[in-house]
Amino acid sequence: MDSKPRYENQPVGVLGAGNFGTAISNLIAENRPVLLYSRNPDAVEKMIAGRIARGQQLHPDVTPTNDLAKVCTESTLLFPVIASNGFADLMNKMAPHLHPHHIIIHGTKGFDVSLAGLEDIFDTDEIQLKSIRTMTEVIREATVVVRIGVISGPNLAAEIAQGKPAAAVIASHFDEVVREAAEVLRSPRFRVYSSNDVMGVELAGVLKNIFALASGMLTGLEMGENARALLITRGLHEMVLLGRALGSDANSFFGLAGIGDLTATCSSEKSRNYRTGLRLSQGDSLKVVLADMDETVEGILTTRIAYALSKREKLDTPIIDSLYQVLYHNKPISQALDSLMIHRRERDIDF
Amino acid sequence: MSLGSLFQKKTEKPPVLPDIYEWPIYKLTRDRVSFMEEWIEATRNRILELTDNGKNLHEELAKTMYLEKIRLTQNPWKTDTEGEKRFWNQIRTRVLANADKSPIHTIDPVDAEILEDIIHTYAYEIRGNFKPQAYGLASQILPILFHRLLNTASARNMGRIWSNKHTMDERIRVVGPIDEIRLLSTKGTVILLPTHFSNLDSILIGYVLHKMGLPAYLYGAGLNLFTNPILSYFMGNLGAYKIDRRKKSDIYLETLKSYSRMALLRGGHSLFFPGGTRSRSGELEKHLKLGLLGTAIDAQRIALTRNDPEAPANKLFVVPLVLGYHFVLEAPSLISEYLKSTGKEKYFINPQVFPGFLSSFKFLWKFFSAKSEVYLSFGKPYDLFGNEVDTEGNSIDKHSRKLDLRSYFISRGEMRPDTQRDAEYTRMLGEFITERYKCENVVLSSNIISFVAFQMMQKKFHRLDLYGLLRLPEEDRMIPYDRFAQKCQEIRNEVLCLVEAHKARAASHLYGDIHRLIKHGLLNAGIYHNQKAIMLDNNGDISSEDMNLLFYYHNRLTGYGLETKI
Repeated sequence: MDSKPRYENQPVGVLGAGNFGTAISNLIAENRPVLLYSRNPDAVEKMIAGRIARGQQLHPDVTPTNDLAKVCTESTLLFPVIASNGFADLMNKMAPHLHPHHIIIHGTKGFDVSLAGLEDIFDTDEIQLKSIRTMTEVIREATVVVRIGVISGPNLAAEIAQGKPAAAVIASHFDEVVREAAEVLRSPRFRVYSSNDVMGVELAGVLKNIFALASGMLTGLEMGENARALLITRGLHEMVLLGRALGSDANSFFGLAGIGDLTATCSSEKSRNYRTGLRLSQGDSLKVVLADMDETVEGILTTRIAYALSKREKLDTPIIDSLYQVLYHNKPISQALDSLMIHRRERDIDF
Repeated sequence: MSLGSLFQKKTEKPPVLPDIYEWPIYKLTRDRVSFMEEWIEATRNRILELTDNGKNLHEELAKTMYLEKIRLTQNPWKTDTEGEKRFWNQIRTRVLANADKSPIHTIDPVDAEILEDIIHTYAYEIRGNFKPQAYGLASQILPILFHRLLNTASARNMGRIWSNKHTMDERIRVVGPIDEIRLLSTKGTVILLPTHFSNLDSILIGYVLHKMGLPAYLYGAGLNLFTNPILSYFMGNLGAYKIDRRKKSDIYLETLKSYSRMALLRGGHSLFFPGGTRSRSGELEKHLKLGLLGTAIDAQRIALTRNDPEAPANKLFVVPLVLGYHFVLEAPSLISEYLKSTGKEKYFINPQVFPGFLSSFKFLWKFFSAKSEVYLSFGKPYDLFGNEVDTEGNSIDKHSRKLDLRSYFISRGEMRPDTQRDAEYTRMLGEFITERYKCENVVLSSNIISFVAFQMMQKKFHRLDLYGLLRLPEEDRMIPYDRFAQKCQEIRNEVLCLVEAHKARAASHLYGDIHRLIKHGLLNAGIYHNQKAIMLDNNGDISSEDMNLLFYYHNRLTGYGLETKI
């Protein structure tokens, strides 16, 4: 008998046992065994003992583990779904165990700024844009893996966990990557769309967090749904401008990863970014809010990066600019809103 | 490490394989009967695959016939023979006679025969034929010819025809890890990927490879070059194979690709100009033609799959090569072609006539009489995935692990072909090579001054578009020398930062006093053009007689993001 397990029975590796990681582990476990990695040995112990992670019951075919080498050796298909600030570190740790036949599909919606010359996000030094990388670039630079994809879309982890219907887009230059991902994720309650615009899908997922923050603030100030529709529409506009300046196609912004994800996160208290915005508008300080969050709020740092990029590319992004002033220069939210509303006359659609 | 150490003091090296009859390129000619059979068979199988197992074969044949007819009537060359016309007329008759068929489910035997005949005809036209005697002759004559031409031309005095003052090695600067390339050509198949700026490139590269002691490389030369009897004799017998850019049919392209793939698999070191043709704009190539590069990826996969320890080439290596000239003779016609094509003017087909003997001689004469150096900057050898390789030819990853290349071709647990995946690998290889071009490019004084002058004019007249700028009246082209020198200094320093970060290379004359650099650049930049790209005017300020040429030489430094520093 062949000592190697058949490919079809191989476990799929999910790296990061956060809300989203746990949710897609359960989803994949309907088709394939899953190795769910957490860097925290205590958390793994607890998951093994209680079969519960982040309040979600674990599927019997999900095996929690703290052994990174094991995950990389036993699985060809890997889904790193951790926050952007730990991503490069994880890739460096995985690199010695990875080979070109591995497939990595990440679900991280942030930029890598580990080398941007900042101590922490409140460091007042100027961000060095040169050292900002997308997650795909991090994977390419740290590892030998080339078959890379990104999973994005309106995927509020809590809803997936409750078995509510959802969809995602998987983008990769390799058809094989999309095919493999679609195969393990297939489910009557989860639809997978494909794309080959990796950068567009990646950027859309990253940039929408900015507007989720702003949307939370609108709710806190009881601005109403007209204002939210305005925010979403004009926010999408700013996303497209930034995306194009960074070299991606505009199309992906009108798909699941763009407008789809933007609508979901701008309307739901289940989004961390939205909740953060909400609490800020209720008078809590940013430091206090962040300390209360159990996971990284990507939108905070992304706003700062987007602001710097927008300035460099001389783009017209009033929402990003105002939000940046609120987050980093203590500008009162109401004042920022006022200045937004009396912004000079603009065309509705100009791209 | 100082960059100077990269420059080889002496280019001459003993041959890697002293016995010419052991060269892979010779073996290809020796075994041509079996090679042709295998080649035609492989091409046929590819075409059947492409036509949905032959279901669409008839349409493919009709398309080919149509394309060939158009070529013969609308774009005839001197190389086209009467026999060729007869052949295609016959094919036409046969294809038409076989046209009214009910829907076909299997391969139609008549169509299969026609396909075979077409591939056969293409293959006979393409194939190279390496003759050691011709190679021996060329390798003795060329250096003598070069040497004499060089000394005579630069002496500008026929009386000094036997002077030995100038040697080729002074003029042709070879940069890069020559010993590594020599070593790896015994461990696998080397694919040399040069930039392409001038018709002189292939002659220079051939000469330098010989000096480096490397066996002759296979390379595809445009069919139009074979109209010149002398070039034709040498190229034909040195193993050049013929590429006809007019032929666009799938059958032709697949025949060509199969040739390349199989030659690589038999260890035939090859040279592709991945840019396709000479750079029209003067820029380093940014978009490569992926057709031939794709054959390398295919060959690597096949070699790893068959895993034959006896095979000469289980591993393929790529070596980027960047040529640097202060002066490109064809620059005026290249840049005007470029401007015509980007200006969206009506596209016209160039007659593609290569100069006759006299003008080729003038060409060489002009080249040798210019005193400026030519740089051939070889990059490190890499595998096809951009990984570095050790002296044994093993691929090494960023963590110093040996890499098993089979892993790139494993899908769902085993090695298998995947056209889309491999096409993506080819695209990645193309991107990698264009990135390497920038890094291996030796920046010259003439590049810097042309770049700075054009950028300063562009900045001054920022309201003008490119075409407006190129039509700038001569009196508006003046740049005060002092400001020019200051900008040159800044850009030079930026370039040296890039060099420090291994993002570019610098010629030794780039260091030191800026006025000396400018003087060196002015002496060399496009020196033998009738109109000067860049020069000093009567007041000692910078000006240009030919903005198109200035633009052309300036373009060499675009792509480094230096524009923002002006």
